[in-house]
Amino acid sequence: MSDLTTTLQQQVAAAYRAGTPLQLVGGGSKDFYGRTPRGEPLPLAGHSGVVNYEPRELVLTARAGTTLAEIEALLRRSGQMLPFEPPHFGDAATLGGTLACGLSGPRRPYVGALRDFVLGVRLINGRGELLHFGGEVMKNVAGYDVSRLMAGALGTLGVVLEVSLKVLPRPENGLTLVQERTPEEAILVMNQWAAAPLPLTAACYDGLRLYVRLEGAPATLTAGRQRVGGDLLEEGERFWRDLREQRLAFFETGKPLWRLSVPATAPPVELAGKQLIDWGGAQRWLVSDAPAAAIREASIRVGGAATLFRGGDREGEVFQPLPAPMAALQRSLKQAFDPAGILNPGRMYREF
Amino acid sequence: MAERRAAERAALAAELRSFLPADALIEETEALRPYECDGLPAYRQMPLLAVLPHTVEQVQQVVRLCHRHGVPVVARGAATGLSGGALPLADGVLLGLARFNRILEIDPLARTARVQPGVRNLAISEAAAPHGLYYAPDPSSQIACTIGGNVAENAGGVHCLKYGLTVHNILELKLVTADGELLTIGSAALDSPGYDLLALLTGSEGMLGIVVEVLVKLLPRPQRAQVLLAAFDDVEKAADAVGEVIAAGIVPAGLEMMDGLAIRAAEEFCAPGYPRDAAAILLCEVDGTNEEVSEHARRVHDLLLAAGATEVRSARDEAERMRFWLGRKSAFPAVGRMSPDYYCMDGTVPRKRLGEVLRGIGRLSEQYQLAVANVFHAGDGNLHPLILFDANQPGELQRAEDFGAEILELSVRVGGTITGEHGVGHEKIHQMCVQFSPPELEQFRALKRAFDPHGLLNPGKAIPQPKHCSEYRALGHDVLQAPGRRDGGGGA
Ligand SMILES: Cc1cc2nc3c(=O)[nH]c(=O)nc-3n(C[C@H](O)[C@H](O)[C@H](O)COP(=O)(O)OP(=O)(O)OC[C@H]3O[C@@H](n4cnc5c(N)ncnc54)[C@H](O)[C@@H]3O)c2cc1C
Repeated sequence: MSDLTTTLQQQVAAAYRAGTPLQLVGGGSKDFYGRTPRGEPLPLAGHSGVVNYEPRELVLTARAGTTLAEIEALLRRSGQMLPFEPPHFGDAATLGGTLACGLSGPRRPYVGALRDFVLGVRLINGRGELLHFGGEVMKNVAGYDVSRLMAGALGTLGVVLEVSLKVLPRPENGLTLVQERTPEEAILVMNQWAAAPLPLTAACYDGLRLYVRLEGAPATLTAGRQRVGGDLLEEGERFWRDLREQRLAFFETGKPLWRLSVPATAPPVELAGKQLIDWGGAQRWLVSDAPAAAIREASIRVGGAATLFRGGDREGEVFQPLPAPMAALQRSLKQAFDPAGILNPGRMYREF
Repeated sequence: MAERRAAERAALAAELRSFLPADALIEETEALRPYECDGLPAYRQMPLLAVLPHTVEQVQQVVRLCHRHGVPVVARGAATGLSGGALPLADGVLLGLARFNRILEIDPLARTARVQPGVRNLAISEAAAPHGLYYAPDPSSQIACTIGGNVAENAGGVHCLKYGLTVHNILELKLVTADGELLTIGSAALDSPGYDLLALLTGSEGMLGIVVEVLVKLLPRPQRAQVLLAAFDDVEKAADAVGEVIAAGIVPAGLEMMDGLAIRAAEEFCAPGYPRDAAAILLCEVDGTNEEVSEHARRVHDLLLAAGATEVRSARDEAERMRFWLGRKSAFPAVGRMSPDYYCMDGTVPRKRLGEVLRGIGRLSEQYQLAVANVFHAGDGNLHPLILFDANQPGELQRAEDFGAEILELSVRVGGTITGEHGVGHEKIHQMCVQFSPPELEQFRALKRAFDPHGLLNPGKAIPQPKHCSEYRALGHDVLQAPGRRDGGGGA
């Protein structure tokens, strides 16, 4: 629980003057993600503590080094939650690292992504300037939306010091239903149910079984259960947690793990290896040794993109390469925040 | 001066005519007149000329030509904007997108609609209705405003408390950049590689690119929606009741407030059946499955009574529900009928400060001797004080503007923002100097340069220049130290 703003600002300013690349380190739980980190470590976990939490306002502000575990425990005591259900990937996971990676859990397609709940950030840009964008209010269009831009930017645009998030009440009750389906059927019904007024908050398919989570008032669940059908899964919450944390048997593998982000209605993507469909069809996990080019091509063919999530060659591009004009624009954007290229250089793409 | 302008116009028009059909180019002063302002008519400016292209290719050609000659371009949708965002520039081209009014595709299974930027907000929901779907953000101007304008302002509506703003409800944009390139931002998937430009472009007020296509999300119509109307004999009690509902763990679909003046204006305008003698009303809509709605409506009813409501009614049927909302959505024009002119503000404050800020606005109203009606998105803390004035009375416009500026600075002081959904535009450019520190503003400018190095897209709006801010600060308006602002607003 301490405020390291001044020290951190001095460190970044010094690095800017000297042109020293910095590697931003939160809890280290997502070191595996993105391209291989390089540069002088800038530890951020010490900059921690919840700065403001007001359940009535549905807002929480915490320093970037605060652990997700601490935040979630605090929210739970007031019957609230982080709506985007972020994966932790370890006890050390921090809020800052979570924001930088921009990862959201099973609830994402129905309730929203991490970036949807970002209200404001305080950050140090690559010139060592301390800046504040957005705030703790629900609606804010003054200036460009820099806060949301930080979500998924992998720390390449700024050292995020503090994040304000919108939080939501936890659903009163929930249940998980399981049924056997073919892949085509599973994709179809997940989309049909999402288009119906059902209290759906997660849907995934493991190649054989379709899992559906319904949450809400008890009476609503009874009606929803009739419509969806299938058997009740005991310990449903545990299943979703294990999916989110990649602890299901599916993820136990020495092979590269790919994440295919595709339109929810995309047909099964034909590729060597095994797949698990999450996000109601919009996120396909692929465990495969197939060449990167083949995986990217297959993803593009269905209107999506592929990320080498874990393992494989982390010196090459792990995120889908951008078309030339888009790459040029994103490079300019990087320069606007970090002209000397000192913040997590090469963590996202080789060139920025 | 006038001659040079005429010569410039003629030269540019000649080049535009080489690729634009005759009906896509407007040069004559009288024909240009309708384009001189948007929904904030206090500011007017005739553009050099206006173009109304039919195709994306033509938009690209226009932008490329302007890029080559260093001529600024201001995009315009339906011009319902309330911050002068679409205010033309004397030496610039006004680019009207109203002709792009086709819904290209509705995919009921994927729950998406692909639309052109000039499509009206409500037209999307109408087209989606046969599939049991709708587009959630519903600004009160939805019969007129365009989706392109909604994206540019990150528009909200009365149902955004639960369903989010424009930024939460779009998937992909096609964008013409400052040099005429066509880019796709986002995709039909839920996220895309690289930086999240989709969120960045939403609310960027036509300053980072021209939106020429939008893929929006559609939601299933809730099984049932029920609106409750609660009357209060005191404005602050109503404001506090808002927090009680949220604290109970219920996120209503909409939670709107109107004060006495707004209630009476709405009654005169369309007789929605509000209690005329109330000091304030709250409209609280709960939606969802049948069972959920019954349960939540019961709880909200009890909460509102416990919070001091003198009366709580539920709309008896769908027709009454629609009437209750019609009164709310017509509030601006309704108030407009009570006074020769009105000026709509848009600050957002933390919910818990609503009562205090409304009291502050009341005090300012006495001080400036101008009446004010409040009708707003209470659940989100997004205020819309409507200042009544008469522009024909010498000095009144200036008094209304000063009053408005004080309201905005009050919003910032309690930890809020100068604009929740209407944008900064031309109007609130001074207050940007109050809400943001010099290095923060410089970061915005650097970001703008990354998209538009020559500053040709809607220049002069939204982000003030340093000189401008030093002049404004010299008048005594300093960067405000809101409670949440512990960095002193300074840089390295
Ligand atoms: C009676 C009334 C009620 C209103 N209620 C609400 C409300 O509830 N919620 C709300 O959010 N707003 C509300 N507004 C404000 C206004 O309707 C919104 O800001 C709307 O989004 C503007 O859309 P438009 O098509 O009229 O855009 P315009 O006014 O034409 O333009 C607005 C801005 O967008 C830019 N722009 C327009 N089209 C494009 C494009 N294709 N690409 C790039 N930039 C573009 C313009 O340059 C300008 O900066 C209201 C306005 C009125 C008059």
